[in-house]
Amino acid sequence: MSVAPMIQVEGLDVIFGHGSRAFRAVRQVSFSVEAGTSYGLVGESGSGKTTVLRAIGGLLAESAQVRGVIRLAGEELGAHRSRAFRRRVQMVFQDPYGSLHPRHTVDQILGEPARVHGLDRVDERIRRALKEVGLDSSFRFRYPHQLSGGQRQRVAVARALIIEPEIVLLDEPTSALDVSVQAEVLNVLGRLRREHGLTYVLVSHNLAVVSHMCDALAVMQHGAVLETLDVDQMRTGVLVHPYTRQLVRASRGYDRAAVETLEEFDA
Amino acid sequence: MKDSPLLVVEDLRVTFDTARGPVEAVRGVSFELGREKLGIVGESGSGKSQTGRALLGLIARNGRIDAKRLSFDGIDLLDADERTMRSIRGARISMIMQDPKFSLNPVISVGKQIVEAFRVHTRASKREARERALAMLSAVRIRNPEHVFDAYPHEVSGGMGQRIMIAMMMIPEPDIIIADEPTSALDVTVQMQVLAILDDMVSERGTGLLFISHDLNLVASFCDRVLVMYAGRIVETIAARDLRSAQHPYTRGLLNCLPSIDGSSAELPVLARDPEWAL
Repeated sequence: MSVAPMIQVEGLDVIFGHGSRAFRAVRQVSFSVEAGTSYGLVGESGSGKTTVLRAIGGLLAESAQVRGVIRLAGEELGAHRSRAFRRRVQMVFQDPYGSLHPRHTVDQILGEPARVHGLDRVDERIRRALKEVGLDSSFRFRYPHQLSGGQRQRVAVARALIIEPEIVLLDEPTSALDVSVQAEVLNVLGRLRREHGLTYVLVSHNLAVVSHMCDALAVMQHGAVLETLDVDQMRTGVLVHPYTRQLVRASRGYDRAAVETLEEFDA
Repeated sequence: MKDSPLLVVEDLRVTFDTARGPVEAVRGVSFELGREKLGIVGESGSGKSQTGRALLGLIARNGRIDAKRLSFDGIDLLDADERTMRSIRGARISMIMQDPKFSLNPVISVGKQIVEAFRVHTRASKREARERALAMLSAVRIRNPEHVFDAYPHEVSGGMGQRIMIAMMMIPEPDIIIADEPTSALDVTVQMQVLAILDDMVSERGTGLLFISHDLNLVASFCDRVLVMYAGRIVETIAARDLRSAQHPYTRGLLNCLPSIDGSSAELPVLARDPEWAL
């Protein structure tokens, strides 16, 4: 038999709130990600893509009801994530301004996960992690406010990678950045994945970014996966669902005539 | 299309006094705006927003605006007193900001805010203003204007909020609209619908639109002409349809580093900045 996929999500449901105020943010989502590949979750705001990512990472609020099965290399995950899980799975968030402790130096930010996981040679690891994301060691004793947005996002990537995870969950990692800086961060992410054989799950509203970074993707709307496809299918326009076709068309730029053909897709 | 320009800007400079001395955010920008969609593109810190804001004198307290010429319909905007500026701001030149969440008053209903925007600039009666507000909400393709009129800003979506902002800016029928990243916070399909509303205003009413954006693809497909800004200056002025064959190395660099749906997964070319661009 073939090797189990690195990540397998089956029949995932996430419900926030209770009773009449219950909101089903994720509906019966299933997909799987092979080891060493990059998988994209695309959709517009409120489509549930980030909630799926947080469910994998075990970062949803305690009050959220999560149903369905998530497997990591064939092993089913329980309700709580162990330290060993966090060693294997790390996350990079959208906002490089909000996700770094403002009163910790880069050195402290990178050293903490290494120490939490009881790693040795922390000093050497910090230097290596910085080098890998293209920052020289002069950045070690700076604070986040002394860094540009792109430099901060590089630090966030270094923080995720310092404990040598197998999987990195990326939530809109470049949407807060200028396009020239986005290119640099995407290149760093691509190179690190190739060099370390990492598996990525990338959430983005930007189809071009997903198309560039991923091997396969799922298109989400109203909490459900409308279709899953590989990147070649998206590029060549072999799209099944009209919503996906519309999304791709709108992503290619403004077209006055096309606006009249836009449809509403209700839940 | 291009008869006499609505707005003439010559050698515009915006300087901020900081603890480390004066910082020039806009360094000698010149352009004319006609009845067209003129885009300003650039990265953060290029001075594109400050250029837009300077036209209305909306600059932080430690900032100064200088220009050889800043004229709108024969009025010198630099020498205009506060009274004249008040009669221009909103009524004849209005501005749409990026995020409706921060631009709408959260404790006043949507309709009341639009009515207020109208009555500040005209002598319309309350009833007349209400009718105009409702008509304007339909004009920006809000399907249920009566319902939205009574809603509060937190009760509407981002796309709806931005349409409300546009309705509010359009109701005094301004000659010029300055739109600073008006659709960057919106989903791509909603973005297209909002752009169509602005597009129609330019083609149907002859409004001049200054469209400030970081999104080159969007500007290339939406605008008529584009100014590319870098380090407080215009490095290139080009017809939007020719943007993809731009000549300046900065513009080319920006275009090249964009990932595309059809592109490969190879490394993206990164922008190598030439210090000469900033001279």
